[in-house]
Amino acid sequence: MDFLGRYDLLGAFWVTVQLTVLSACGAVVLGIVLAAMRVSPVPLMRACGAAYVNVVRNTPLTLVIIGTSLGLYQTLGLTLASDTSTEFIDTNNFRLAVLGLALYTGTFVCEAIRSGVNAVPIGQAEAARAVGLRFGQVLRIVVLPQAIRSVVAPLASVLIALTKNTTIASAIGVAEASLLMKEMLENEGDKGILVFTVVAIGFVVLTLPVGVALGWLARRVGVKR
Amino acid sequence: MPAAEATPMIRMVGVDKFFGRLHVLRNIDLVVPRGQVVVVLGPSGSGKSTLCRTINRLEPIDSGTIEVDGHPLPAEGRALARVRADVGMVFQSFNLFAHKTVLDNVVLAPVKVRGTAPAQARAAGMELLARVGIVDQAGKYPAQLSGGQQQRAAIARALAMRPKVMLFDEPTSALDPEMVTEVLDVMTTLAGEGMTMLVVTHEMGFARRAADRVVFMADGDIVEDATPEDFFTAPRSARARDFLGKILSH
Ligand SMILES: Nc1ncnc2c1ncn2[C@@H]1O[C@H](COP(=O)(O)OP(=O)(O)O)[C@@H](O)[C@H]1O
Ligand SMILES: [Mg+2]
Repeated sequence: MDFLGRYDLLGAFWVTVQLTVLSACGAVVLGIVLAAMRVSPVPLMRACGAAYVNVVRNTPLTLVIIGTSLGLYQTLGLTLASDTSTEFIDTNNFRLAVLGLALYTGTFVCEAIRSGVNAVPIGQAEAARAVGLRFGQVLRIVVLPQAIRSVVAPLASVLIALTKNTTIASAIGVAEASLLMKEMLENEGDKGILVFTVVAIGFVVLTLPVGVALGWLARRVGVKR
Repeated sequence: MPAAEATPMIRMVGVDKFFGRLHVLRNIDLVVPRGQVVVVLGPSGSGKSTLCRTINRLEPIDSGTIEVDGHPLPAEGRALARVRADVGMVFQSFNLFAHKTVLDNVVLAPVKVRGTAPAQARAAGMELLARVGIVDQAGKYPAQLSGGQQQRAAIARALAMRPKVMLFDEPTSALDPEMVTEVLDVMTTLAGEGMTMLVVTHEMGFARRAADRVVFMADGDIVEDATPEDFFTAPRSARARDFLGKILSH
């Protein structure tokens, strides 16, 4: 197995972790905003939220990622890194990938939150409105804290899917684990199964703790009825 | 200004409400003067809950006007939230915030809506819980209380906002029989203190004892509007006689 030493496997997985964590943060923020739009009393907000979710969620992630590169960078000239830097292309592609992953995953976060919100009895929100809380307060103080219980489990699935989806960032040349795997497979033709197994284990090591931690959290934040 | 000409607490004029094609409130006119206790009676499905819920716009209406203390109900937004803060509401299913203790349920809106200092709100909240007789339950979660205790906590939560008027939608219908009295006692006391109240209920004893006025609804219409004495002894409409016959035979 000493050929592994010739490759920066840890470095590649570190990029995977960074992609996952950064786009997860973006996706959660976007997901909360989208979910708030989708349950808001303003019909226009609801329509915009629904349109975004339905379009982006049903677009293959590869297209979203390539779309950020082709559409935002090459056509619109949007750069997310300083273009005097020597690592401009790498940094810019990494950030475009984070953006694409967040835009895409945000729709799934939105739907997970929305189903959790719908699981909170309608009377809770009515009572909150009846005492004079404003829309944002109703969500923040009464509905979301109770929705968390039923949101955490689907959110864990979304996060695990995101971790695996980061491999698609290789489509725009981000040097994460699966891109390295491709390179290793080309160079080490006879050790294909081994390379494959090592990378697969790497992903399981990343995703398994997420599921366990969020499962524990789901039990902790439960609300008695 | 003579009382009769003072601004009424609730004024509904020509209110219509549809659920899809179902006409649930038909051209409702209703004026509730300050300090009056109105009991709303009527068969199931006659529109009592909907009437109650239009007053703080939990149900928007399709036509007509509703004024609370002289101000037309605003559409969604901050202005509506301000009106709701002044209108207390008690639900059949209590709807206490399940993730908050009883005291936190009572303290929440005064702090978040009125900006009352938390310490002051807690002191006032404990006083209210004492008034409704559940001060010893202050630290518990709603699910740990009996139905009667939960409903008294819900009344305390509404009172904590010092509302101008209280709406009750069948507050005792979800309770075991032995807990009905403890809730009605709190409501009777409140009525005696001069609170303006609109109460949907099937409790005839409460209507006779505490109401200034009985409104009888059928099929989305107000069919009778009378004093409890007149309504119970001499109902004018066949619908009301029929309804009373069924209720009182139990
Ligand atoms: N959210 C709703 N959607 C559709 N129909 C409703 C809704 N709420 C109530 N209704 C209907 O409106 C009518 C009046 O209901 P309601 O006001 O609850 O009557 P009550 O409280 O007198 O029993 C009933 O026929 C009921 O089925
Ligand atoms: Mg009802």
